[in-house]
Amino acid sequence: MGITLDKISKSYGKIKALSNISFNVKPGELFGLIGPDGAGKTTLFRILTTLLIPDEGVATVAGYDLVKDYKNIRNNVGYMPGKFSLYQDLTIEENLHFFATIFGTTVEENYQIIKDIYVQIEPFKHRRAGKLSGGMKQKLALSCALIHKPKVLFLDEPTTGVDPVSRKEFWEMLKRLQQTGITILVSTPYMDEAALCDRIALIQHGKILEIDSPKMIVKHYPKPLYNVKAHNMYLLINSLNHYEHKHSVYPFGEFIHYTDSRKDFNPDDLKNYLEHENLFHVEIETTTPTIEDTFMELAK
Amino acid sequence: MKTQNVIQVEGLTKMFGDFTAVNAITFEVKKGEIFGFLGANGAGKTTAMKMLIGISSPTSGLAKVAGFDVYKETESIKKNIGYMSQKFALYDDLTVKENITFFGGIYGLSKKQINQKRSELVEELGLVDVTNSLVSSLPLGWKQKLAFSVSLIHNPKIVFLDEPTGGVDPITRRQFWEMIYNAAHKGTTIFVTTHYMDEAEYCDRVSIMVNGKIEALDTPKKLKEQYKTDSMNDVFLKLARG
Repeated sequence: MGITLDKISKSYGKIKALSNISFNVKPGELFGLIGPDGAGKTTLFRILTTLLIPDEGVATVAGYDLVKDYKNIRNNVGYMPGKFSLYQDLTIEENLHFFATIFGTTVEENYQIIKDIYVQIEPFKHRRAGKLSGGMKQKLALSCALIHKPKVLFLDEPTTGVDPVSRKEFWEMLKRLQQTGITILVSTPYMDEAALCDRIALIQHGKILEIDSPKMIVKHYPKPLYNVKAHNMYLLINSLNHYEHKHSVYPFGEFIHYTDSRKDFNPDDLKNYLEHENLFHVEIETTTPTIEDTFMELAK
Repeated sequence: MKTQNVIQVEGLTKMFGDFTAVNAITFEVKKGEIFGFLGANGAGKTTAMKMLIGISSPTSGLAKVAGFDVYKETESIKKNIGYMSQKFALYDDLTVKENITFFGGIYGLSKKQINQKRSELVEELGLVDVTNSLVSSLPLGWKQKLAFSVSLIHNPKIVFLDEPTGGVDPITRRQFWEMIYNAAHKGTTIFVTTHYMDEAEYCDRVSIMVNGKIEALDTPKKLKEQYKTDSMNDVFLKLARG
């Protein structure tokens, strides 16, 4: 009861939002859609939750066809949109009851599913949704998306704009939720979250760049990658950008991640060049690529 | 010149009723420094920043921004700082050209200065072909780079950046930071908030706010040493989780 997509495309006028998207999400899998703003993630979510009809291609969600069985899909999926979409004037409790009722169930019947998340906001159940903090809104939205016991859960950028502490807690929640057997498709612009998914698709400009497990994606990085450091970051970036043999130069925390265009690259040559450019304390060492490195290399 | 303080804050406090949003924070920022202002959602960052940019009056404490007092000289502060946030930066239904003209005008630049700045900016940012396009039609990354340039249009002493790179793709995010380095190198002080902990590493110094107080303030290197970890993410998690 996962998700299958076969050559899904969607355009808005002249803009091609999605072109030829094909992938499968296995039942019980935590699958990440990783890409920046404007990559087409939200369009894909809206198609899979039957809010938009694709121009081309076929897809199934929880075993149901996107177009023919759209009503069954709606009953079997939970959707947490990127923008907070609950009723601001209803309280926490009222919102939850409302969503349970429209799906023909009750909060009591499915309380077990949301318990882990809901207990954290239950003390505030009489507070209106509009008056909640970002973290609490997120937990309420997730509770409302789960209250009808969906087979597939869609989470569109649940952690955008959320601080690292709350992001970590949210992912711990998702991991526990996954243990219940639910299939989860989650999108995020944060590359570090990708590592927490079973498999990920890297997406940009409406196209899939690569699909694999986080470990394998990193293994596919095509070049030796180096950490470069010197006494002044700004001067170092400038010098590396002007180096004739550079392939890529990206600031990465306290280092610059550097790749060279030559097959027989010798780091000592680069060191000499940088010292000649009046940089001192130059350090160059090999490093392991991250998902973000892979994304940037593919998107280049 | 490097040792000149452009932001000086002492015991700055803001109360809402009996809730203390910002609790006696003290720090200073030097000229040309890139200062990272970090904290969890709700830690008090936005409230603190509002006091520093002169749109919220402190309950107690002292602060000078670009040499001006945050109680009495808020108009002078506004003229001497730049500001950009993810939520508000440019007018979506004005063109690139109109936005630059508008903000130039707001900050009192002459017509001649505005025209000159405009051609410089669109040239530098590679926006020549879209000068007459609505800002709403630009990709987020372009918008944010343009917004940053516009926030510097009146050569402010300090620029305040509130989560400037949220949702921006990793390559553009780095181009954005190269622009920040460039501005800092020219002597502009950068005061920046972010949820990307790798960006915290790009700052000269970083402060971390927890429940209204500044719990840590140092270079990223020293903070990592102090908390015995090799990433700012871990420093943040250790502090903010208490």
